[in-house]
Amino acid sequence: MWKLLNQITRTGLCSEKPSAAPWACNTLPQEHSPEAAQHALLKIVGRALTIRAIDAGSCNGCELEMHALSNPYYNLEGAGLRFVASPRHADLLLVTGPVARNMLQPLLRTIEATPRPRFVVALGECACTGGWFGDSYATLGALSRVLPVDLHIPGCPPEPGFILACLLNFLQRLPAERLPA
Amino acid sequence: MTSSPTDRKSLHHLIQDYCPDAGRLPGPFPLWRGACSPAHWAPLAEGVWQAQGRLVALWWSSEGAVLQATYVLGREVLWASLAHSAGHPVADISPWFPGANRLQRAAADLASGALAFAAADQRPWLDHGCWAQQGHQEPAPNLPYAFVPVTGEGVHEIAVGPVHAGIIEPGHFRFSVVGEKVLRLEAHLGYTHKGAVAHWRQLPPLQGHRLAARLCGDSTVAYSWAYCMALEAALGWLVPERSLWLRALLLERERVANHLGDLGALGNDAGFAVGLAHFSRLREDWLRLSNTVFGHRLLMDRITPGGVCCDLQAPQCALLQAQCAALEPEVLALRDIYEGHAGLQDRFGATGQVLPALARQLGLTGLAGRASGIARDLRRHPQWAPYNALDVQLVLREEGDVAARVAVRFDETLESLRLIRLVLEHLPPAEPAGAAAAPALSAAPGSGLGRVEGWRGEIQVALQLQATPQGPTVSDIHLHDPSWHNWPVLEHAILGNIVPDFPLINKSFNLCYSGHDQ
Repeated sequence: MWKLLNQITRTGLCSEKPSAAPWACNTLPQEHSPEAAQHALLKIVGRALTIRAIDAGSCNGCELEMHALSNPYYNLEGAGLRFVASPRHADLLLVTGPVARNMLQPLLRTIEATPRPRFVVALGECACTGGWFGDSYATLGALSRVLPVDLHIPGCPPEPGFILACLLNFLQRLPAERLPA
Repeated sequence: MTSSPTDRKSLHHLIQDYCPDAGRLPGPFPLWRGACSPAHWAPLAEGVWQAQGRLVALWWSSEGAVLQATYVLGREVLWASLAHSAGHPVADISPWFPGANRLQRAAADLASGALAFAAADQRPWLDHGCWAQQGHQEPAPNLPYAFVPVTGEGVHEIAVGPVHAGIIEPGHFRFSVVGEKVLRLEAHLGYTHKGAVAHWRQLPPLQGHRLAARLCGDSTVAYSWAYCMALEAALGWLVPERSLWLRALLLERERVANHLGDLGALGNDAGFAVGLAHFSRLREDWLRLSNTVFGHRLLMDRITPGGVCCDLQAPQCALLQAQCAALEPEVLALRDIYEGHAGLQDRFGATGQVLPALARQLGLTGLAGRASGIARDLRRHPQWAPYNALDVQLVLREEGDVAARVAVRFDETLESLRLIRLVLEHLPPAEPAGAAAAPALSAAPGSGLGRVEGWRGEIQVALQLQATPQGPTVSDIHLHDPSWHNWPVLEHAILGNIVPDFPLINKSFNLCYSGHDQ
């Protein structure tokens, strides 16, 4: 046990403040302090915003970066966002992949199981545009061909800091009519 | 089906008997390619099995209506083709190679009715009845899948997926259980089938590596290298030595990144969340330096036909060396903590066990195979540069449980750190500009095979080029993921274990969905 305690104390804290990715500075506001984000989230959903990931045919690259969001550096939960196990607990759906036809029905059912108001986010090149796979006998391409999308986060795969900045920016700018009563 | 030493034939005897017209193909591995007649298809498989060879891949080429298979015997590869005449079912080779069951079903699905096997299991595998070619432009709901029913007092089914509780790729698992004990597990995959092969025919071959890099995000380096190796063999290109060494550096960095991620996730799945926190921190450091030095966190598109699109100067080499030096003591400290944690070892030990005999029978491969006594690592091949100069140490365990797969990951991480340092120390100098003739697309392109030991196991790309007035184009390609052979073994590993141990066992294999479904 002392080895573990030693490891923990030796490492210390390494969490970073969410910030806009350098190449996206023009479009993203700078005020992404965890406090500001937390405040905005409390105003919007009254608690941590919950995310349900759906892989609709991705290569797993986007999933790897989604996992990275939970590492101590990005500290997703510290920013007031949380991945949940069930769509019934989710506010926001993070969808990846070029919508494989074999995944369409499970995708639509998962979205249908998510209570409103819900936000649909296309994550990664495939979900945004169809990417390299596009429209074929086996894929439908961009997620927006299948259902309305609230936010597109491009990149192959998008870097975790960029995903976080995009999500926080989106949530802080949501129009009042989209907020829960 | 017993074999005695006297029955065993060498690959040359098998070729003489069953693929008499086979010829040697260029490439880093000794490879023969030839046609096999329908009558010889099953005897060839049996002969390879008797000689203790193995089936690597089996696939359908719609171009020319040919069924193809690759076998490995010792260090040699046989690429056999069977010209198929419609209406005659092809002999089933799954009695010798159980992994062929799903490969054959996938081949039949992708042949859209042009191919049938004389096998008992005729269920579709990749085809869920949703594809556009089946007459409906509008997407159709998934057809029900005929899972093998388990009956008896108190037996019930648990259905999981395709959308899982965590951030995991989609696949369906059907457990038949009594109480908490698993009597049977059957997986149903194919949800992420993207029709990737069809896209290659539209792409110039020199762009194809970018699509190969996007079949499986965690093995993007291995797939790109395998594709480029096949393409370079087909075009007769030589790759500069420095590029080969840089490719090995990238591949080892990919292996370390994945092992770090898995070691953390395995601790987490056994209730040791602090393990995940530490390993995910180390993985993030690793990915960030990849981004700084090579320009991509997951190293996508760094390997290109003919070489690599990145190079190292002294400052970058120093950064990479320093990171290896910093990571090694951290991994050793965490291994110490993992090994000394009674609760963790209690969950890892004797869980999801695959003993060597079963592993051999089912054709377990790659990392999971090395945890079950299968002493095989392509990197130890004497003709694969630069690995032939690196003397890769084989990591081997016999226990075949989660603990063994964790131990293999720890040891392979340390071995990869050693290899990375070695590569950095002995990196051949860059060739002076203009010294090498710019590679050209040859007039008579052929076929090529690429094989790479990715972190999960052996990835194989079989490529056939054709000459057109616009230059060579891809007429057929098949990319094989080691998960094809390991998914069925997972169903055995879980038997007799309890349902709550499944996430742990599944993670210890960490098999690929997207690379399998394609």
